[in-house]
Amino acid sequence: MSQTSQDLSFPVQPSSSATSERRTWLIACGAVGGVAAAATAVPLLTSMAPAEKARSAGAPVEVDIGDIPPGGLKTVEWRGKPVWIVRRTPEMLASLEKIETQLADPKSDRTAFPTPTYAKNRHRSIKPEFLVTVGICTHLGCSPVSKFDTGNQPGLGADWQGGYFCPCHGSNFDHAGRVFANKPAPDNLEIPRYMYLSDARIVVGKDEKGEA
Amino acid sequence: MASENNVTTTGLLGWIDTRFPLTKLYKEHLSEYYAPKNFNFFYFFGSLAMVVLALQIITGIFLTMHYKPDASLNAAGVPVAFASVEYIMREVPFGWLIRYMHSTGASAFFVVVYLHMWRGLIYGSYRSPRELIWIFGCAIFLCLMAEAFFGYLLPWGQMSYWGAQVIVNLFSAVPLIGPDLSVWIRGDFVVGDATLNRFFAFHVIAIPLVLVGLVAAHIIALHEVGSNNPDGVEIKKNKNADGIPLDGIPFHPYYSVHDILGIAGFLILFCAVVFFAPELGGYFLEFNNFIPADPLVTPPHIAPVWYFTPFYSMLRAVTDLFTWVMVASAGLGALAVLRARWPMIIKGGAIAALLVLAITFRVFDAKFWGVVIMGGAVVILFFLPWLDHSPVKSIRYRPNWHKALYMVFLVNFFILGYLGVLPPFPFGQAYSLVGTVFYFAFFALMPIWSRIGDFKPVPERVTFKPH
Repeated sequence: MSQTSQDLSFPVQPSSSATSERRTWLIACGAVGGVAAAATAVPLLTSMAPAEKARSAGAPVEVDIGDIPPGGLKTVEWRGKPVWIVRRTPEMLASLEKIETQLADPKSDRTAFPTPTYAKNRHRSIKPEFLVTVGICTHLGCSPVSKFDTGNQPGLGADWQGGYFCPCHGSNFDHAGRVFANKPAPDNLEIPRYMYLSDARIVVGKDEKGEA
Repeated sequence: MASENNVTTTGLLGWIDTRFPLTKLYKEHLSEYYAPKNFNFFYFFGSLAMVVLALQIITGIFLTMHYKPDASLNAAGVPVAFASVEYIMREVPFGWLIRYMHSTGASAFFVVVYLHMWRGLIYGSYRSPRELIWIFGCAIFLCLMAEAFFGYLLPWGQMSYWGAQVIVNLFSAVPLIGPDLSVWIRGDFVVGDATLNRFFAFHVIAIPLVLVGLVAAHIIALHEVGSNNPDGVEIKKNKNADGIPLDGIPFHPYYSVHDILGIAGFLILFCAVVFFAPELGGYFLEFNNFIPADPLVTPPHIAPVWYFTPFYSMLRAVTDLFTWVMVASAGLGALAVLRARWPMIIKGGAIAALLVLAITFRVFDAKFWGVVIMGGAVVILFFLPWLDHSPVKSIRYRPNWHKALYMVFLVNFFILGYLGVLPPFPFGQAYSLVGTVFYFAFFALMPIWSRIGDFKPVPERVTFKPH
């Protein structure tokens, strides 16, 4: 296209002020169109949030605890997570005081997984004998394993008083689900809301103040 | 008005060429794409990566014909997704072969891509003018990691479930938005059916689309600037009268035939694994993944598949102690800036930024910094073209101590990978810390060390002995 004659397929060239006005409108249209395009991302991204069905799932779970032997652990599923109900022996409860200096948060003061007020005590439960806790490590969500035998064990040290050990990244917890200091997990195991329906029956996910 | 194109072909080809640049593309990318004649063994892995990509896409299509992304339990009490994989293995004609090709292909992809990256690293293939090839390549590597991670959940075994649980929970470590972010990723409060369905969507369509686009960009960029070679010599500097590089040979037929040899060798090894050791001792398919996902019990030892383990080791290395190492590094960086000959404003800004960073290293949880370190280990690769200041491209003409340093880097990466397979133990933890620091120092200090030493003279032409 080296010819100098005007290209007649295009209308008469606009003046420079008209060109700049057109440019302004082009930019404005582009910006508005861009905002509209970006806005379509909102419903798409929001669709990935939990559906109402997932939100409403998680009804409280009733558990019969009368059949747990002393030193026994029962696992029930609540909101897709394991909840442990442990019937602790007097020896297990006695260990809680001995190791208290080695813990990261002995009084359960951290708020990432708030401990209900009725469990804000050394044994972290309503009745000292029964521990009710979510069996999910507060580090990256593995389920710890119970290590109730005391004494020297690999990864737990020579002075192990019994408790729980997370196989994924090596956090350990005492018999009240309290995390030891200098471990990957920052928080104690979560204590869900729960209450006694009778001496042998509890409900997890609900207490006198309402559902969790 | 469309300009007339010069079509010299006739007949059907001529008809096509006036409508679609078929001959032009064929010439540009195959018969008249001149590649250096001195390629060595390491130059097989680019084309092999393409072969594996095709293999994964084709086997993947056939797997989706039978697989069901459904976490609910069937009448026998087994998750439907898990049962559908077992169905593919036991009932679908040749289903076992297609599935083993796909699972072995995943590991093969990483073997080939790691070797391809190592080639680029030692021969300086990321240096100007090939920065964009390298950046597209790093993006491909990221996509590949995402693809592998999403795909690993689909069999819905114990390792699938708990691996996804751990990795998604990493995002909960992000300050402020973390917990909501991890719920949004899962689509539920726990890893469940919603998670499985979206991971399936990402694995079979979203990521592969991006991946194929990036591969196209990678190759277009490569063919624009031309391939590097083991000598790091630009062959376009020496051309004959027709403008053809003296050290170049047409990709087709020379390298197309050459690459078929590489593919044959690869397929021998690949088939040996597929037919005789598809689990490869638990490295390609972890034994715990033959147990259906159980949200109530974590397997006694969980580890990612081998190709993620170097980065997993780095994640585990970041404890409270490591954040102090990071504070010290920021401090050293500030000291270095203090001595640099920059304008006062930039200097002050840089030092202030580093000190603020040093404080945040201690303010946020080590868990969060672990995620940052793991991600940073990949992200730092993107900057390689601007970190390397050595006067020569190829390792062949670098000082001997550079060669030693690259070997240490390689061995360190292997050790980190091996430690990532094992459960945590004190020596391993200590080594991971040192190894992680070395990995980052290798790149962060490259602008300094890559200039130092006695470099050998780079020849005018590539070194090549005809045989």
